Amino acid sequence: MSIEVLNLSKHFGTFTALHEVSLQVESGELLALLGPSGSGKTTLLRVIAGLETADSGQVLFHGEDATDQHVRERQVGFVFQHYALFRNMTIFENVAFGLRVRPKKFRPSNAEIRDRVMKLLHLVQLDWLADRYPHQLSGGQRQRIALARALAVEPKVLLLDEPFGALDAKVRKELRSWLRRLHDDMHITSVFVTHDQEEALEVADRVVVMNEGRIEQIGTPDEVYEQPASPFVYEFLGNVNLFHSRLHRGHAWIGDIAVAAPEHAEAEEMTAIAYVRPHEIEVERVQNGEAAMAALVVHILSVGPIVRLELVRKNDEDITPIQVEISKERFRELQLAKGDEVFIKPRRLDLFPHQHEQAANSI
Amino acid sequence: MSTFKQHSILPGFNLALGFTLLYLSLIVLIPLSAAFIRTAELTWPEFWTIVTAPRVMASYRLTFGASFAAAMVNAFFGLLVAWVLVRYHFIGKRIIDALVDLPFALPTAVAGIALTALYAGNGWIGQFLEPMGIKVAFTPLGIFVALTFIGLPFVVRTVQPVLEDIEAELEEAAATLGANRWQTFSRVIFPALFPALMTGFALAFARAIGEYGSVIFIAGNMPMVSEITPLLIITKLEQYDYAGATALSVVMLVISFILLLIINLLQWWSRRRSSKT
Amino acid sequence: MTAMTFPLPAGTRIQRATQEPTWVRWFLIGLALVFLTLFLFIPLISVFYEAFKKGVEVYLAAITDPDAVSAIQLTLTVAAIAVPLNLVFGVAAAWAIAKFEFRGKNLLITLIDLPFSVSPVVSGLIYVLVFGLQGWFGPWLAEHDMKIIFAVPGIVLATVFVTVPFIARELIPLMQAQGTEEEEAAVVLGASGWQTFYKVTLPNIKWGLLYGAILCNARAMGEFGAVSVVSGHIRGSTNTMPLHVEILYNEYNFAAAFAVASLLALLALVTLVLKTLIELRIKQRHTPRGFE
Repeated sequence: MSIEVLNLSKHFGTFTALHEVSLQVESGELLALLGPSGSGKTTLLRVIAGLETADSGQVLFHGEDATDQHVRERQVGFVFQHYALFRNMTIFENVAFGLRVRPKKFRPSNAEIRDRVMKLLHLVQLDWLADRYPHQLSGGQRQRIALARALAVEPKVLLLDEPFGALDAKVRKELRSWLRRLHDDMHITSVFVTHDQEEALEVADRVVVMNEGRIEQIGTPDEVYEQPASPFVYEFLGNVNLFHSRLHRGHAWIGDIAVAAPEHAEAEEMTAIAYVRPHEIEVERVQNGEAAMAALVVHILSVGPIVRLELVRKNDEDITPIQVEISKERFRELQLAKGDEVFIKPRRLDLFPHQHEQAANSI
Repeated sequence: MSTFKQHSILPGFNLALGFTLLYLSLIVLIPLSAAFIRTAELTWPEFWTIVTAPRVMASYRLTFGASFAAAMVNAFFGLLVAWVLVRYHFIGKRIIDALVDLPFALPTAVAGIALTALYAGNGWIGQFLEPMGIKVAFTPLGIFVALTFIGLPFVVRTVQPVLEDIEAELEEAAATLGANRWQTFSRVIFPALFPALMTGFALAFARAIGEYGSVIFIAGNMPMVSEITPLLIITKLEQYDYAGATALSVVMLVISFILLLIINLLQWWSRRRSSKT
Repeated sequence: MTAMTFPLPAGTRIQRATQEPTWVRWFLIGLALVFLTLFLFIPLISVFYEAFKKGVEVYLAAITDPDAVSAIQLTLTVAAIAVPLNLVFGVAAAWAIAKFEFRGKNLLITLIDLPFSVSPVVSGLIYVLVFGLQGWFGPWLAEHDMKIIFAVPGIVLATVFVTVPFIARELIPLMQAQGTEEEEAAVVLGASGWQTFYKVTLPNIKWGLLYGAILCNARAMGEFGAVSVVSGHIRGSTNTMPLHVEILYNEYNFAAAFAVASLLALLALVTLVLKTLIELRIKQRHTPRGFE
């Protein structure tokens, strides 16, 4: 089932949590709402669920207006960051809860409930814990139970609020690939909230990047990572180097190196900010003809197959170090050591002309 | 003795603990033991005859019955008041919250004469009840009213903090799973509150059993009808029946200790139930 | 993005997900208020109403009556002895329990709470058994012409007994939550035991101390049952205010009884106000530091 959100706004006192947010979630897709805390992502999820009421705007499920529907009637599955398992009930009863509270007419028989719950516990691979209580389970197990409980009512959409936020790094990784596989099997329209860009890029079909109550960009993980639509998205998704540059007739100038920028062909002496990912900077030991920036290696950090370099530009008052990532092979080839002089050149950069600069600085 | 106390660099342990034990012994333990030692001077049949005499048995029934009824009413309304104070906003809430402790702060004798004046046949409340054939002052019903008054804060004050701590997410989870408000309350909130509610009930009950000041004015104090056990102790004392008074006080003490034990267990249960894991 | 909005029609706003319908809310508030009005507010108001029913002159006469004045003096005296004693006890007990680990601690905490669960009548009786004429030390006291029961010392002892737990039970959890780090730091820096207590511990617990002392005082001044047993009800000599209220009431001198009672009710109200103020103060102080 698809979800459509139209012009949602929500204020808490003077704080704007959502500002005119519109969004379309396709049937069967797994969508991530990504953003820093206070960006409105959780509020958006809660408004979709019906746990929060928007000041204005609409929520449509499968094209039908659900704005005035109570959370009970929306048939959404909701998974909370801190699990919210009922501690006075066994695991079995937790999962059975949504079936037991149905009006008599729609309530399955005890045998059916038993059947359905055990099937779900089997699905989350925790059927052996049916008689335990929540406090006897680990965090990862609790979150899987919370998911089983949400699925028990056969929701039309599944909403997850920072589902892995309270777990430690290892369990987190396991659980998110498990969630991905589960989604691939069940194809239930799912939206999850996260502040962890790696999580969003790795798990979701599409990512919605949010900031200050607005949507900055919607796209596939590749799109938002490779073609960020705004300085915010650039800085939020992964490491990035920022250069002040000058745009002039189809070229961007950083110092005395020029990079082709055909989309700015008509620009005349405009200032812009250029964003370059650390792995999109070429490093050479000698200046081979082309213009390149001279820099000094100030720090070398080897992480797995990648070597991170910190460089400082020569003859420049700007002392913000430039982050560069190269492969270990390339590193061996170059035989770099701390203090060496190198020449660098961005392979690819993204330009945001000056009107964006203030937004970028305020981040 | 080496394992009695763990090492600490802070001074004053011996002085503080020594003074504490001395003070407790002189003020609490030795006088309390007097009741037991003096009772031990009686033979078992003598003791049994005193503490099971018909007039005494009637006073037990009244004391326990009225205390139980008052604690039940307080459990219900205490939960209601705690709920209203935690969940809803209305004008004057702060003042009402503060006034809930009035029965703790108001001397029992004052409560006693005030309730008596109110529920007497010509009193503010009594004048409406009398025509309906309901007599409160100078009847067992009056005892129930007084005990309800003095037990009022216990349930409110034990339930209130637990209710404040219940995570909103639990209720939201229940709502997303299709539970209506009543189902959410009865299946999720109430079980979480139950240990605290029981603790508050037990505290109100324990307090009511021993209560004297607020009851004697309104009770009427008729033997076999409206005479509570603490009053019977006083009566025996005034008749210089020290053995009888002491024997009854030992019964009261034993009951108090059992209740104290139960309350401690309930509090332990409550803490375990409400601890976030 | 165009600034187009779809405002929800007024009145159809859905209720918040975890809230009761409005009528349920108002019904519950109403029911709670009716209960509290019947059992709290009306009794409180009636005390003052009955006190002034016969006019201000009767009221003033009742509270300036020599016996009333002597009862007020005795009540103040008893509280002035009982509260400081239990203050010292409370601090000592809390210091031992909160700052050190030793076996039998839970038993000690239970023993401190014990007087709360003893009937006031029994609390008085046990002192009669120890110091009364028929009691353990009665004959010896009579020989030396000393009187504890049916005299002021007995009233003080019974009052101390019933108020033993008040200050200790406020301080113990407070000091346990504060831990021992600050005191340890002071000792490491060379402070003596008393210096550590005065300069580090006392400032940290002063509000809790005051809180306990106020509650202790209210009970000390208002205690009826225990004091009634040991007092002997001698007018102008061993009568506290609550006992004086009882005597006046039993003499059908209702206006005077309620006049003295109104002073005690006033004390209760002042206690509640101070208590609320201190709670606010403690909340303000500790919340920003993430303190419970």
